[in-house]
Amino acid sequence: MSVTSVDKDFDRLTLTLIADFDAPIERVWQLWADPRQLERWWGPPSHPATVENHDLTPGGEITYFMTSPEGEKYRGWWRVASVSPPKSIEFTDGFANDDGTPNVDMPTTTVRMQLSQHDRGSRMELRSVFDSREHMEQLLHMGAAEGLRQAVGQMDALLAS
Amino acid sequence: MYNQMVVDTMTDEVVDHLFHALADATRRDILRRCVGDEPSVSRLAEDYPMSFAAVQKHVAVLERAGLVTKERHGRERLVRTDPDAVHLARQALDQLETAWRARVDRMSQLLAQTPETEEHTPRRGQDR
Repeated sequence: MSVTSVDKDFDRLTLTLIADFDAPIERVWQLWADPRQLERWWGPPSHPATVENHDLTPGGEITYFMTSPEGEKYRGWWRVASVSPPKSIEFTDGFANDDGTPNVDMPTTTVRMQLSQHDRGSRMELRSVFDSREHMEQLLHMGAAEGLRQAVGQMDALLAS
Repeated sequence: MYNQMVVDTMTDEVVDHLFHALADATRRDILRRCVGDEPSVSRLAEDYPMSFAAVQKHVAVLERAGLVTKERHGRERLVRTDPDAVHLARQALDQLETAWRARVDRMSQLLAQTPETEEHTPRRGQDR
């Protein structure tokens, strides 16, 4: 297992996760800095990500979409707050409109990623924070709605068979 | 972004629980009664022609599907559809954890299969 610890702060709505990799920092950094590598781990296999713009500089933006098995596209963006290759990135992650511009009505999370040398490999410390309690609840409701949608989809499939 | 959190966390098992919970008329009725109210399990049990244990089982199915939460209040257990802030935070952070654990797994796999030199880095789509 590469995840070595997970800490959840319910008051600050923060997840802190530490993972150790058997690879040098520069190599792990490429997973974030190279868009072709980023898109191979960002989305789940069922919803692969495609990165369209990748400007990993302070104030820069990364835009991407994920494609569902039905071909539906979910668009997202990052806004880079700070970056210090090959050690750390901080960015805000949110939803995007169809044209890739940030959808400001949708919830965002802020992610800070730091790499350090550990034993002969690398340690990645990742902190992800819901930007507000409202955002968090909105996301949960969307999750519940998505669950219902999927359940209803299953019902349709059952009825059709 | 959250969509993949949803995708990661809405496993077949979760959807099965939800589907199963909503497939029963008594459970749908219990769910309706808990909206805007917090009846205790015993008060719910009074209203259905079945044993306390049977009602308790229905509530447990709803709870497993994440549709209600039970909260101890003195000697009673109140059933509510609107979970408190701590419960919500736990749920949200659990989902976030699931999503990031899955990502870290995929990162590990990539690191294991790709040589360090860029020219040998497999391009996207090669393994699909």
